[in-house]
Amino acid sequence: MRKIATGNKAVAEAVKQARPDVVAAYPITPQSEIVETIAEYIATGQLESQFIPVESEHSSMAACIGASIAGARTFTATSSHGLAYMHEMTNWAAGARLPVVMVNVNRALAPGWNIWAEHTDAIQERDTGWLQVFVSTVQEAYDTTLMAFRIAEHNDVLLPVMVNLDGFTLSHIMQPLDTVEPGDFIPPVHTPNPVDPAHPGGYGTITGPADQFRFRYEMERSMQQAKAVIGETEQEFARRFGRTYGAAEEYRAGDADVVVIALGTLGKEAEVAVDILRNEGIKAGSVRPRWFRPFPDLDLAGKEVVVIDRDYSFGFGGVLAHAIRSKNLTKVYCVIAGLGGQEVTYDDIAEFVRHRRIGEEFWFGVNDRV
Amino acid sequence: MDIIAEIPETEYVLKCTSACAGCGDSLALRYVLKAAGPDTVLVMPAGCTAAFQGVYPKTAYTLPVVNIAFSAAASCASGLSTFLRAKGKKTKVVVYAGDGATLDIGLSAVSGAFERRTDFLYVCYDNEAYGNTGMQRSGATPLGAKTTTTPAGKPEVKKDIDTIIAAHEPPYQATACASYPQDLFRKVQKALMFTGPTFVHVLSPCPPGWRYSAEKTVEVGKLAVTSGMWVLYEREQGKLTISPPSKAAMKNPVPLEEYLALQGRFKGIDATTVEHLKERIAGNFRRLAAEEAEP
Repeated sequence: MRKIATGNKAVAEAVKQARPDVVAAYPITPQSEIVETIAEYIATGQLESQFIPVESEHSSMAACIGASIAGARTFTATSSHGLAYMHEMTNWAAGARLPVVMVNVNRALAPGWNIWAEHTDAIQERDTGWLQVFVSTVQEAYDTTLMAFRIAEHNDVLLPVMVNLDGFTLSHIMQPLDTVEPGDFIPPVHTPNPVDPAHPGGYGTITGPADQFRFRYEMERSMQQAKAVIGETEQEFARRFGRTYGAAEEYRAGDADVVVIALGTLGKEAEVAVDILRNEGIKAGSVRPRWFRPFPDLDLAGKEVVVIDRDYSFGFGGVLAHAIRSKNLTKVYCVIAGLGGQEVTYDDIAEFVRHRRIGEEFWFGVNDRV
Repeated sequence: MDIIAEIPETEYVLKCTSACAGCGDSLALRYVLKAAGPDTVLVMPAGCTAAFQGVYPKTAYTLPVVNIAFSAAASCASGLSTFLRAKGKKTKVVVYAGDGATLDIGLSAVSGAFERRTDFLYVCYDNEAYGNTGMQRSGATPLGAKTTTTPAGKPEVKKDIDTIIAAHEPPYQATACASYPQDLFRKVQKALMFTGPTFVHVLSPCPPGWRYSAEKTVEVGKLAVTSGMWVLYEREQGKLTISPPSKAAMKNPVPLEEYLALQGRFKGIDATTVEHLKERIAGNFRRLAAEEAEP
């Protein structure tokens, strides 16, 4: 069904159709619209689910964990400080192999108080064992949230999935949205070995080094298996509903001499910059990694690479640039841009490409432009 | 009829756990689980009880145990209970958490779960310090007690978690001690008859932490009650009933010095602090007696 929606509303719509048993959530700007909308769905009988209005994000993830251990499909949404506050429990959800689905609306962390888009919040969860995906449009937010439930609960994965959308520039903007009837695209909930008094056992008991090591290895094996599951899920989604994205979305990248790589809305904005540059005779393209964990294999051979990082690892550099450099053994031009919601237009992105200095780092709006 | 005969012989805590000799917490756990019965899920945050359940893949408890982070037991149980009830399951959800997990790091989660009327029993086993990490002071440590982080004795008084819980108006709350097993057993059974959040606060004497000889756990627990340092009562739908052992103690308390003298943690406590403790005991008795008389 064609409609107009914000990114937040699109997420809520997808969650309604995925039919989670339990939604535990705490409000935070710019995410609140998601859980408000879900609460409304439940209150008006449009979604049969248990809404647990917890007293903190630490508790929202803990409640999702408790429900998931009992066999529930679970959902929560958060942002920024909320995600940081639940960090202990995001580790727990992944380590316990619970397919919790969470939408994180990317926002900067204080100080100073800043409610606008930045990827630092999600990047700080990079090593927890969550699958992480960054979306760039309202439609993609909806489609990806639906797919997230199927991927998380796949027997080859059984890891939680975090869907990231940029605060305000995606969470609060309105775009066309085509909703679907997911039917059995979303299968019945799958959480193996739910807690059962008839089969007592310990969940997350004290574990010695050998078993702990093996559990960590199995998480990585599942993370690698997730690549195939993501591919299959996308194919099935495309077959049923006609839309596909890929682990990374490429735009005019095939014959490009220089590609722009960025996550989320900046990655989408780069496509306009590519057209501008192509009109100038610069053979530009863009690659937008959707999945950040597991990180996709990108073919960048023979291309110059401009990476835009909406995050920073202090004392080291942009985190996406670091991933690209280390996975592809290539030098990149790392542009730090968009922190704290800094406006970055397609003209700005075209400028980054025109004035690229491969191997260097550039802080947009701070360093000299040329 | 001897009420102790009602306590089932079924054991849910297997023998030879790695609990310390004379552990008051494991004794309490034994009666709590007997009262809860087989259709129970335990939620356990970090703490002694989580530690002596054993190392994966073994477990010393014959009920399912959901281990969870230190501050997350109440919120984890909240999700678990909410889903079980939505599915029409009556399985009891019992949190078994220490004083550090309850009074300190997990307090906001406890408060949230009670305010949301989570259908669960929250048992706080209280050994008045962070036992599992080596007896550091907690909010539950009493005035004057030495811990590894209050080597000169704790200068502050014990946090009154029971009044905090009472402010959430649970249908049932009680205090107990495994030195009075029938009382503990009955209170846990009673708590589990209610729908909604219930709370049982169990004093759990700790030989290495309180520095007394391991065979004296039951005696120390009894002296805590007879001296008035620990008061046994229950509050059902807001109505307080002081339990018989504490009723007796209110009439004729054992001198506090007898309780203190048994324990190394109070060694060298000064007379002023002892007086302060005695004043608090008297005040506590007066407050509870008044509440019982005129709810």
